[in-house]
Amino acid sequence: MNATLNTQGFKAGMLSALLLLLILGVWHIATTGPATPAAAPAVTMTAEQIEYAKLMGKDPTAGAAPAAAKSGFPTLSQMGAVIVKHASEPFYDNGPNDKGVGLQLGYSLGRVALGFGLAALVAIPLGFVIGMSPLIYRALDPFIQVLKPISPLAWMPLALYTIKDSNISGVFVIFICSIWPMLINTAFGVAGVRREWLNVARTLEVPPLRKAFEVILPAAAPTILTGMRISMGIAWLVIVAAEMLVGGTGIGYFVWNEWNNLSLPNVIFAILVIGVVGMLLDLMFARLQRAVTYVD
Amino acid sequence: MLTETRSTEFLKVEGLGKTYPGGKEPVFDGVNFGIAQGEFVCIIGHSGCGKTTILNVLAGLESASTGHVFMDKREVAGPSLDRGVVFQGHALMPWLSVRRNIAFAVRSKWPDWGRAQVEEHVQKYVALVGLSSASDKKPSELSGGMKQRVGIARAFAIQPRMLLLDEPFGALDALTRGTIQDELLRICAETHQTVFMITHDVDEAILLADRILLMSNGPQARVAEIVKNTMPRGRTRATLHHDPQYYRIRNHLVDFLVARSAELSHGRAPAEPVEVSPGLDAVTGPGTAAEMSSGESPHAKVVPLRSVA
Repeated sequence: MNATLNTQGFKAGMLSALLLLLILGVWHIATTGPATPAAAPAVTMTAEQIEYAKLMGKDPTAGAAPAAAKSGFPTLSQMGAVIVKHASEPFYDNGPNDKGVGLQLGYSLGRVALGFGLAALVAIPLGFVIGMSPLIYRALDPFIQVLKPISPLAWMPLALYTIKDSNISGVFVIFICSIWPMLINTAFGVAGVRREWLNVARTLEVPPLRKAFEVILPAAAPTILTGMRISMGIAWLVIVAAEMLVGGTGIGYFVWNEWNNLSLPNVIFAILVIGVVGMLLDLMFARLQRAVTYVD
Repeated sequence: MLTETRSTEFLKVEGLGKTYPGGKEPVFDGVNFGIAQGEFVCIIGHSGCGKTTILNVLAGLESASTGHVFMDKREVAGPSLDRGVVFQGHALMPWLSVRRNIAFAVRSKWPDWGRAQVEEHVQKYVALVGLSSASDKKPSELSGGMKQRVGIARAFAIQPRMLLLDEPFGALDALTRGTIQDELLRICAETHQTVFMITHDVDEAILLADRILLMSNGPQARVAEIVKNTMPRGRTRATLHHDPQYYRIRNHLVDFLVARSAELSHGRAPAEPVEVSPGLDAVTGPGTAAEMSSGESPHAKVVPLRSVA
């Protein structure tokens, strides 16, 4: 059993590696094809035409390096150089438009942590109340149902107008998008705590606060953690878009800024970083989830 | 004996009735009985006659529509640490180990005890049910019988003045059930515990109980009859069925459940139950005595039913 599992894991790993090689191979072939004759007209151009072409972002004289000129899409070696550059110096700060990717990531993670933390502080206690009281649940349900499907970015203008601070507005958007899955899952988990466990607490005359922390919280913890994991996933999706919108700092702004610089290697690098960080955040919550899950 | 138990009545149930919202007739009404201190009482009846509701009312988890329950002359108005409950489905917290499940109860009863004192107390009760080697396991790692043992240890650990058991062995196989019944008997004998227990198993009732309450069918179910276990305490599973008295009691119980309990539904049972001693009933109430002695030899045929309902 264990052996077959191991070999299957090994096979899957090999297959993943093969796929990665295939993708890199396609990338390599696509970006280093034979030089196109597009660079040839440079010889026939006048100096003004060459100047104009340079202004338009095309360098006809760069025919010697046709790979870069061909599509603007970086080759693998260029990509590798960019990764090494960012990895070797992640925290430099050369003013507003030139910061290390680690620093930008720090800004984004900080906003997510703050918005997510505030949402947890509101959603979990409120979810407890809603889960324990069917009356409050029914009273708040219409509000939740209407507010939940609103795209968090739709709040942005309102946030900017009322808060008048782009940084806090970004945090607010994270707050508003993280709150719903946590709220709904907490309420669901609390409402679903087995009656017999509550009866045990009642026959033992357990005071309400101790009951909340020692019976209801551990019983509902797996469901609450599921909600937190979903929220974190959404928050990490939203932060990139929000930072593109408000600008200034953060990995989302970095992507947008590098797009304006037409630096595709940097954009691709940022995309990879966003993906990896998102995966790590999810893994972290998966760990937490496993820690509180119980076998019934 | 009879007058003695009556005079020292510890738990008193008076005119208890329950009508569920939307129900036309009460599930049970006019339920009267008493339990003496240190007595082991079982209640038997068909499903739906309200046994569990009665137990929940005694525990304070549910309120009755009519009637009162008094324990030690004080009315029962809610859950209390004076009454320990063993639930039908063990009701252990699956995220806590055996030791911490019991510690949860111990800390509820004695909130100002130190860690060491709680631990010592817990160990004592874990040992009492023979689970010392499994005390760090989670409930999911235990067998059904072991889980129910933990439930019993948890209830005993708070040293309640009265123990309420809701069909605790219903989900166990016959062999496991037998061992735990023996354990329960031993612990109750050691601690002189007052016990009220629901069961569906006639043999279990005869083994454990000093008196057996027979409930008629619902609606308007009642405690129709109280059967005195005429076999003295110290009953064991090994010797029980060698006593001819055992079959008399057993046949009486099965007769009631199979034939008479249905006739006595809709409040046709007497509100004040008669106490009978099957086989020795010449001295007890007139109606039941005649009924019982008619055509019953000491070696009456055993009805081949393990449990009813």
